[in-house]
Amino acid sequence: MAKRVIIHQDSYHDSVFLMSLTQRLLSRVSLEDAVVAMAAPHNKALLAKQGYQDAALEEAGPGDLVIAVCGEATVVDSIEDAIDALLKDEAKADALEEARPTTLDAALKALPEANLALISLPGEHAGRAARRALLRGRHVMLFSDNVALEDEIALKELAVERGLLCMGPDCGTAMIAGKPLGFANSVRPGVIGVVGASGTGIQEVTSCIHRLGAGCSQILGTGGRDLSLEVGGRMALFSIEALAADETTSVIVAISKPPAPEVATKVVAALREAGKPAVVHFMGEPPRETVGNVRFAKTLADTAELACKLAGYGEHEAPTHDAALVETLVAKLGSEGPTHKPQLLGLFCGGTTAYEALFLLQDAGLQLESNLKLHGTPKKGKAKGTQTGEQEGLLLDLGADQYTQGRPHPMIEPLLRNEQLEELVSRDAPTLLLFDVVLGFGSHEDPAGVLAAGVSSIARDGLVAIASITGTADDGQGYAASRQRLEAVGVTVVDDNRRAAQLAAAVIQRSAR
Amino acid sequence: MSAQKTLELFATGPKVINLGLPSFADDLRRSGAEVLHVDWRPPAGGDPHLLHALESLQGSDGGVLPEIATANEEAVSRLLAAKPMLVGLGKASELIEGMHAKHILHAGPPVSWQRMSGPTRGAVMGALVFEGLAETPEQAATLAASGEIEFSPCHHHQAVGPMAGVISASMSVWIVENTAFGNRAYCTLNEGLGKVLRYGAFGDEVMQRLRWMECVLAPALSQALTRAGSLDLRSLIAQALQMGDEGHNRNRAATSLVIRALAPHLIHVDLPKEEIEAVLRFIDSNDHFFLNLSMPACKAALDPCRGIKDSTMVVAMARNGTDFGVQLASMPDRWFTAPAPLVEGLYLPGFSAADAAPDIGDSVITETAGIGGFAMAAAPAIVQFVGGNASQALSFTRKMLDITLAEHSTYKIPALDFHGTPVGIDVMRVVESGVVPVVNTGIAHHEPGIGMVGAGLVKPPIACFEQALTAFCEHKEQSR
Repeated sequence: MAKRVIIHQDSYHDSVFLMSLTQRLLSRVSLEDAVVAMAAPHNKALLAKQGYQDAALEEAGPGDLVIAVCGEATVVDSIEDAIDALLKDEAKADALEEARPTTLDAALKALPEANLALISLPGEHAGRAARRALLRGRHVMLFSDNVALEDEIALKELAVERGLLCMGPDCGTAMIAGKPLGFANSVRPGVIGVVGASGTGIQEVTSCIHRLGAGCSQILGTGGRDLSLEVGGRMALFSIEALAADETTSVIVAISKPPAPEVATKVVAALREAGKPAVVHFMGEPPRETVGNVRFAKTLADTAELACKLAGYGEHEAPTHDAALVETLVAKLGSEGPTHKPQLLGLFCGGTTAYEALFLLQDAGLQLESNLKLHGTPKKGKAKGTQTGEQEGLLLDLGADQYTQGRPHPMIEPLLRNEQLEELVSRDAPTLLLFDVVLGFGSHEDPAGVLAAGVSSIARDGLVAIASITGTADDGQGYAASRQRLEAVGVTVVDDNRRAAQLAAAVIQRSAR
Repeated sequence: MSAQKTLELFATGPKVINLGLPSFADDLRRSGAEVLHVDWRPPAGGDPHLLHALESLQGSDGGVLPEIATANEEAVSRLLAAKPMLVGLGKASELIEGMHAKHILHAGPPVSWQRMSGPTRGAVMGALVFEGLAETPEQAATLAASGEIEFSPCHHHQAVGPMAGVISASMSVWIVENTAFGNRAYCTLNEGLGKVLRYGAFGDEVMQRLRWMECVLAPALSQALTRAGSLDLRSLIAQALQMGDEGHNRNRAATSLVIRALAPHLIHVDLPKEEIEAVLRFIDSNDHFFLNLSMPACKAALDPCRGIKDSTMVVAMARNGTDFGVQLASMPDRWFTAPAPLVEGLYLPGFSAADAAPDIGDSVITETAGIGGFAMAAAPAIVQFVGGNASQALSFTRKMLDITLAEHSTYKIPALDFHGTPVGIDVMRVVESGVVPVVNTGIAHHEPGIGMVGAGLVKPPIACFEQALTAFCEHKEQSR
């Protein structure tokens, strides 16, 4: 054990500073004891009592700084560096730290002009916070899921009663006045107002709208259960009313996962009442006949095209397959032998894009296994297990609970998909791969790059990959760059999810002929 | 029409409070929207009983029940209307109701000799020797344990005391009168730093100083004050907050202001020049001289809020080195207590955390009245006690807005654009947010007789506030 005294002459510091220096010295360096003090008589006496004997100490005066340390000889001998570092640290001013409110009410006190609460808390607390926000007269976007059905009904009743939006629970996407709420793409401002009960469905429609040259006035989400019998479309109906009254909006788009028939009727009636040209897409339902100002579309991309046409953005031709592209891909599959029917593997990050692809593939007559259940029976589809014929592939929604327990959603962390890809490719030896890639706010910073890495690690002759990218040129991840990354590893990228699914179906059918 | 508010939202664009994923706030900020991210934590620590209690106090509009809102408005308005004036000095035995030779007042909630902390015991022993009831500290301890001595909290006698807070019959006390309401508060004179009675020291040095204070200091100040008239403590504190004090752990500016106010009168006091010099030097050598004035000023301001039915405002926080206690405006006779915590802070040369006694003293009355830790933004120099920096001092004050009912109308902070200090602690907000009052304080040695060993920040135990809220709900239920 060694004792050492260091004197810094004419180096005055106040006592609080010195106490803090002592504490930090002890916390950084392994010492038995340390005293940092001005060499005032009482401190000198105290140090003498503690056994510090030093001529320099005896001569030091009240304006001199004393650093007395006691510890292992090696540590004590090289203590200067630690002291210098501490003294330098002290001079460095830390960045201004912002005080953050801890409750909604405190936040409203700090930002009284706030008009919307964006809530992504754990379900049990989310409902309570949403109720509080509505009672305080603020609109709500409730990203959280796991909110009880009766709570959802109560929240939406309260919202409608107060003339407020309650987007969600389980609302992933919205954009108001061009500002993204949750997951959203950078869509240019325009005249098409969108209300939707599906996350990636809204993203796909609005991205297509942007790509076709038009733009959106407002994008309102309602949460996936809104058009169920129990919730009764409360928020969809309220949103339609708001878009009807909004002067900027001249075309209204309404999309939903399969609605309860009674509620679908109400939504159509509300759109008729609104009077503005409207396009409805009820997923998994064949398009209905036009009713007055209300038209129906079969797919998300069809919905966007029809809406753009109504908004005056030209005719968009119905999708036709690029026959040459189909042939090229069939030829690429060739090495497997034309007698062998290609096996499809679809791995999707977006719930709605997965649903749409499954629907379109089954609609084309393919028999697929999936963790998704389609509502109703597709026209030409063969329901699983009802046919003796072999399965033609597997399509998975990787955002389903079974994959996201305790880990982030694949739109946020797409590595999950690469893991599944590797595993399923070696298990099932599929020959045709189908993907979605979702860009925009909230999504991973480079989902296409991650997927490209996954694809290149399993690449082999006779394996065909098709993908579509939900996103716009203005999204942070970059549409063109994303496309390039995928094409660089041989993925065929088409414009939208509809085209991707239809291309996959055409390739399978063509090679089976 | 019913879509009106939604159309307004479309027109102005979203101004967002973000609760949950911080990345959503970042995205909004990047696209130019105004957004405030909430440092969210489960309300009431996620305790279902407390959540239920909080909800039972809410009306159908999600705000607190109207009678509570009204009561709290009344409580805050009384607190802000207070005008504490220093009007004089006198003997505890003559001024304090119920005071007698064998009665010792102490800081914090009630505590028996058996449960008393080291510093409180030390101060009691010192006071018994000072009063001539015992000759040695050992005799004093025996007497204190005998049951012959009555102990009660200063707070039960319109008084407050720093650290051990011991007041005995023959000690001189300041008289602070809240002239807006006519109530008074009392506090002893501050003895200075080092080995002092309030930190539980009782040696000869301590006794000599106490005797000098009674024979020279108190009479001199009393005469000077009589000549000066009264001193407006509210305006003194307001000035000091603009000079780097926060009124609890930093009182350098206010102490200087007192010297300025009293010096012209002190020189006329009927004492030899040397003694007047000694008086002035004594005040000058003790940066905490004013603490014993800021405390009764805060006590005098808060006492008129006692007994306001349905108010959830805190009217006292206090500790005795054993327990931390809280009192509510609507139940002013009840203490809600939990074990006193340890102070996080820095130590004087030669001492460490191992020497520290748990939190002690009535000085947290300053935070209760909206200064002290709540005014940390005014006194950046003292955040160094917790290794903080000047911007953290601002954060500490801003954070207290989460748990208070108002901003102070007189106590303003230059660095916060002259916003008032957060004032009026609402027990509902404390429990809901889990944010406890930030308290600056000194640290006493855990052994009697040694004194001050450091200073720092202390976190009041949330349990006191949770108990208070539960009791408030029960009380409300019963009176329905």
